[in-house]
Amino acid sequence: MTVTRTPARHDRAGTRSARRGGVFRPASARAVTARVLALGLIIGVALWAAAPLVASGNWTGVAITALATGAALYAYLTPRRLPLKYLLPTTFLLLAFQVFPVVHTMSLALSNAGDGHLGTKQEAIAAIETSSVRREPGSAEFRLTVAVKDDALVFLLADPAKGAAYAGTADGLRRIGGVTLGPGGRITAAEGYTVLTTAQASARGTEITALAVPVKGGAIRSQGLTRAYQGRAALAYDAACDCVTGQGTTWRADEEQGRFVAADGSALPQGWKVGVGLSNLAAALTNPKINAHVASVFAWNLFYAVAVVALTAALGVAGALVFHHPRMRGVRFYRTLIVLPYAMPAFAMLLVWRDLFNTDFGLINRLFGLHTDWLGTPLTARLSVLLVQLWLGFPYMFLVATGALQTIPAEYMEAAQVDGASAWQRFGKVTLPLLLLALAPLLVSSFAFNFNNFNGIFLVTSGGPFPSDDPTAGATDLLITYTFRLAFGQEGARYGLASAMSIYVYLIVAVISIIGFRRTRAFKEVT
Amino acid sequence: MRVVAWRHAAAVLITAFAVLPIVFVVSAALNPVGTLSSSGLLPRGAGFGNLVRLVEETPFWTWYRNSVVVSGLTAVLAVAVSALAAYAFSRFRFAGRRAGLVTLLVIQAFPQFLAIVPLYVIFSAISDNWPVFGLNSVWGVVLLYVGGQVGVNTWLIKGFFDSIPTELDDAMRIDGCTHNQAFVRVVLPLAAPVLAISALLVFIATINEFLIASVFLTGDDARTLAVGLFGLLADQRNANFGMFAAGTLLTAVPTVLVFQFLQRYIVHGLTAGAVKG
Repeated sequence: MTVTRTPARHDRAGTRSARRGGVFRPASARAVTARVLALGLIIGVALWAAAPLVASGNWTGVAITALATGAALYAYLTPRRLPLKYLLPTTFLLLAFQVFPVVHTMSLALSNAGDGHLGTKQEAIAAIETSSVRREPGSAEFRLTVAVKDDALVFLLADPAKGAAYAGTADGLRRIGGVTLGPGGRITAAEGYTVLTTAQASARGTEITALAVPVKGGAIRSQGLTRAYQGRAALAYDAACDCVTGQGTTWRADEEQGRFVAADGSALPQGWKVGVGLSNLAAALTNPKINAHVASVFAWNLFYAVAVVALTAALGVAGALVFHHPRMRGVRFYRTLIVLPYAMPAFAMLLVWRDLFNTDFGLINRLFGLHTDWLGTPLTARLSVLLVQLWLGFPYMFLVATGALQTIPAEYMEAAQVDGASAWQRFGKVTLPLLLLALAPLLVSSFAFNFNNFNGIFLVTSGGPFPSDDPTAGATDLLITYTFRLAFGQEGARYGLASAMSIYVYLIVAVISIIGFRRTRAFKEVT
Repeated sequence: MRVVAWRHAAAVLITAFAVLPIVFVVSAALNPVGTLSSSGLLPRGAGFGNLVRLVEETPFWTWYRNSVVVSGLTAVLAVAVSALAAYAFSRFRFAGRRAGLVTLLVIQAFPQFLAIVPLYVIFSAISDNWPVFGLNSVWGVVLLYVGGQVGVNTWLIKGFFDSIPTELDDAMRIDGCTHNQAFVRVVLPLAAPVLAISALLVFIATINEFLIASVFLTGDDARTLAVGLFGLLADQRNANFGMFAAGTLLTAVPTVLVFQFLQRYIVHGLTAGAVKG
């Protein structure tokens, strides 16, 4: 890329007007009013945003808010920095919703984040200890009342032996006063807490079963909705050896894997997040279990994107050519009907198509009297998703091709005719090249879109059909649906590996769009 | 005459391919039985039973309102913010302009839903502090969608701004106008076609967005049409098909209305490029 910067006229014009506005020309009443309003708005939003952050002591958040407010005040209160005034909203939105997610994805890609590796080592130890809590003969019992405080679950515990009342949360146990005891010694009301009815408590059953109130040497857990017991942790962490012991085994902390591993190689299910360097990025390319999938998925992905672009463009151009004849009648009627698919909601029509292919009820099988499992075999499933995308995509190509055909000067055709070119030669040598030139930017963006056409695959086949012995990569999977299943699939979440895949997908798409834009006129303005 | 005859034959074939699935949806929506297995190309009877069931048994109008609000607001905001940035890139020469444009191009290539885990982290934090914009709030998702759309639309609109002669706004400023006035009174009106096509494309992309909505808008009051209608089929794929078809047809209405409304501005903008799926 060569950089030739021509100082354009606006350069000088821009500076001049800024100087005029700022120094030489007194600011008009309207400009002053606008500035005061902007000031008020920025300060107002900043205060509103900062209040909850200060309240919860989130000083990083406060610092970010202060920084953003400072930038906004600087941009809108100085007469200079005109471009900045126009660019600031875009900058803020992109930083929050594009840049941060990309950076965060990259940091996840360098870690082992996923099921069993989500939090810190401290959190993992706490989880191991509380989940190993077992009831033992003679362990303390409580009368349980399930309540909430600020929508967070609280165990109100009455100890009939000691006559004491406690409030237990995931953070720990606390003695409370101001309680009303009901029949059977259960707490029926407590100041500051809302007691749940049986129905309400049943609705949150899984949360209640999962809640363990940590106490010294164990935890308090519920047993049904009215009783709780204090159990002893079977496993305990020992900081001296940096290991977890119990049940006759010792699990040593492995800081590289982020797990506690026993001598026989088995590990505790609760681990923590650790950096794994480039191993996720490398696994996608070198791990034979993964890269076999990636290679075949990538090949189909590429074929799918190219085929969709080629098919939609071919049918769109063919349609436009059919109507491009002076004696053709009813063109408006046909055109209105042909662009109808474009008006229909794509997500819903993808689901409709899925049902058209249905083996038992599907319209296609019923119309042709077949009993084909269209989405059940790799070849027919691939043809099906291509057909669906052809249907969704060709009307737009048709519209654009129709417009482009009308801009081809009639003189070209006449000149070719005078030179003795046949109808086919005129089409192949004049019309088609000019059409493709006009369609080029659309073809590139269509390729980039279909390369990542998540809905187009996920809503029709979900990536399937899958080989019977391996549910991780299906015949119609694109990289993006494969990645999605890695991240959220039934096999357990593997955010680290999925993020590494996301980065590869991103690199491919970024390269495609840069090439695409460089080839269109848009990029010339930049260089 | 023979020439026109084969053209009509081809036209009928293409039209049939385009229209048949829609005919199927229409007859499924009218089908009194309302199941997938009883729906054909021609309805066996006609009635509005599916529509009535849809409106009475599901919070359809809530989904509908959410979708229209989210898509409409996203379209307006994304185009407004993008137009501002596009004006700066098109009309000013400043340090970092080229780097800014390239960064924009590279950043916008990242499909937002690839980062669904980090986005969830962001929105959990937002939910804790400002629930108005948090999870299960259409306002937060609007901001998220706008953030995902500004990059590509800034490029699209900037390309069009570049084709408007700068002499026009220079003349305005010689007459004593500010940059803002030149932008609002000259550049924006002349750029109506590209603004309209951008708005339409953002609207269509947003009303069709499924993945982010299905993760962020799960509450009964927050669901959009995509999430709600998908749920209908997930519950009872065969039995709810008639309701689903009726909902599909109603979902097409806002898109068609927006298209009709913007149509007169659109003719020139169409080639600027976009896809759908």
